[in-house]
Amino acid sequence: MKFVDEYRNADTAEKYAAAIKDITTRPWTIMEVCGGQTHAIVRFGIADLLPPELNLVHGPGCPVCVTPLEMIDKALKIAARPDVIFCTFGDMLRVPGSYKDLQTIKAEGGDVRIVYSPLDCLNIAKDNPAREIVFFAVGFETTAPGNAMLVYRAALEGIKNLSVLVSHVLVPPAIEAILSGPQNKVQGFLAAGHVCTIMGTGEYKPLAAKYDVPIIVTGFEPLDILQGLYMCVVQLEQGRAEVENQYERSVREHGNRPAQDLLADMFRVVPRKWRGIGKIPQSGWALTEKYRKFDAEQRFGIADASVKEPPDCISGLVLQGLKKPGDCPAFGKTCTPDHPLGATMVSGEGACAAYYKYRRDEAA
Amino acid sequence: MKRNTAFNLSCPLPLTDHPKILMAHGSGGRMMEQLIDKIFRAAFDNPDLQTAHDGAVLDIPASKLAITTDSYVIRPLFFPGGDIGSLAVNGTVNDLLMCGARPRYLSVGFILEEGLSMETLWQVVQSMRRAADKAGVHIVTGDTKVVERGHGNGLYINTTGLGMMEHDRLISPAQVQAGDAVILSGDIGRHGMAVMAQRENLSFTSPIESDCAPLIAPVMALLDAGIKAHCLRDATRGGLAAVLNEIAAAAHMKIDCDEAVIPINDAVHSACEILGLDPLHVANEGRFVAFVHHGDATQALDIMKQHNEQAALIGVVSEGKAGMVTLQTQIGGRRILDMPSGELFPRIC
Repeated sequence: MKFVDEYRNADTAEKYAAAIKDITTRPWTIMEVCGGQTHAIVRFGIADLLPPELNLVHGPGCPVCVTPLEMIDKALKIAARPDVIFCTFGDMLRVPGSYKDLQTIKAEGGDVRIVYSPLDCLNIAKDNPAREIVFFAVGFETTAPGNAMLVYRAALEGIKNLSVLVSHVLVPPAIEAILSGPQNKVQGFLAAGHVCTIMGTGEYKPLAAKYDVPIIVTGFEPLDILQGLYMCVVQLEQGRAEVENQYERSVREHGNRPAQDLLADMFRVVPRKWRGIGKIPQSGWALTEKYRKFDAEQRFGIADASVKEPPDCISGLVLQGLKKPGDCPAFGKTCTPDHPLGATMVSGEGACAAYYKYRRDEAA
Repeated sequence: MKRNTAFNLSCPLPLTDHPKILMAHGSGGRMMEQLIDKIFRAAFDNPDLQTAHDGAVLDIPASKLAITTDSYVIRPLFFPGGDIGSLAVNGTVNDLLMCGARPRYLSVGFILEEGLSMETLWQVVQSMRRAADKAGVHIVTGDTKVVERGHGNGLYINTTGLGMMEHDRLISPAQVQAGDAVILSGDIGRHGMAVMAQRENLSFTSPIESDCAPLIAPVMALLDAGIKAHCLRDATRGGLAAVLNEIAAAAHMKIDCDEAVIPINDAVHSACEILGLDPLHVANEGRFVAFVHHGDATQALDIMKQHNEQAALIGVVSEGKAGMVTLQTQIGGRRILDMPSGELFPRIC
């Protein structure tokens, strides 16, 4: 397939792997931020090609994983209402809240629908004027413009029976939370290419300078990741800590300005709880006052509740690069994708689920 | 009974009388008899069906028989490359072939939803007839029920198939041996993606057609050539990944495959990339995997290529960790090829 196969070429991969080996003189711990990158690394067996000195740890950038239990529970409560059509991206259906998941709500009679684009909700709202349409607006900066466009269009078209349950999180505060942790081991980052396609690379420069870490904005195909790792190791070996852009075919320094303008109008920065990690200050988005009437939490008066995670789950440590999936005694035993205990096992892009799926023989 | 109505392209029941299925069409009275006579018997027309008996009495020479059953609930009823009717015939025919049997007879059970258009039903039974002819099977007995509007998906079909074993070879997962070659009969993922695109209204620049087809020609060619086929399995729900895992588990063997040689057409590959799906998990309805004695691998591949030039030798069976399937990735890494864990859901980003 054009524009994909080129980035999965075995010969080029081998050359990059050899180049990384040539320049690596000591152990380095590098974290890829995005769940899509984690998935590609584990799926394609990229670590198989790398020198043993390189330790890849997996970051918090799987939006499905880090959506807190409390937010899933709110979604379940809203989706169970007979007057609601609850719309969501497909991979949220299987994520368990504290008592059940959206698949079960659907089986019990809830009208839960998978949409391929947030804008699909506009037609559903128009076709069902007597029902309330709620969209589960989950994700990082990447998915936020699409979700924001839904609210923008609903406001523009005067659609009143539509609201969004917002659970947006932001990458830079999460990187800062990891770097400022007392036990931090991460020495270099592969930043998420699609997040930066929207937001640009500027936000990462203060982080690279303050914590003295190279940050390479990286794509998602095997060769992107190998090239990102190469650029990161070059900086580490040379003692540099700069922001560099590997994913030039998609990322511009200033990002996507019209998208940023929409986001600034739609969202305000708020503290957010991350599943497995806990509360991170100024790490998420909520609707601004201007669009507050589209907030499903307000519309349905869903109260905040605090829910405890299972005690034997170490996903918080995995998400911060302090542990790997195989370090967990529950991995593959009491915790599997069909019965996940915590954040990193609930979605295919979570590190534990990816290890379970593609290399549980090595990890267990 | 006017035999020639069997080949009309339009529905033989006058549309002005009953353009749609009514509850009365399932109530055992005259209307049901009319439906059976004018639609089903007309379409499936064969001597065994004409006896109008409660069941079919078949004249079968002494032979081992294979029997299989499957129910078809697909939505939408019509999709690029097929429909619920052709699927209901091909799916069951293919299951018989996977047992190494020559498909001979089918029964068909219809569950019709009140309000289904008679024209739709006629199109479906015509499609079944064409598929049955292509596979050389007769539909010899059937059943019709009607359920209230809102309690069905237009129509559901169950078919049971009877096939004859014309040889005394054992073809089953237990026969799979270390060293066996794993041969795939063609490109994968087309049926699942065609149905998903149609159901969810996804438009791709190059439309994807289902691979729905009877596998009689390549399977019979393998058997007739005396190929030592230890096991045959069609890669339906769960896709190629499910088949390989099922066989590895049942045979207590390990299977190692090479991702780069698994044929996937560009449109399917692109659609899967966009939606975040693994084509190896996507359903097929006209593809199978043959586990063949290594000495026969080249000949078997040649035969399968005559029926589909994309047929490929994709892996080998070994006595490694029982039940494990691994894949050499495109870039030269290695990974487990897992069973899909449930329904395939598109990814968030």
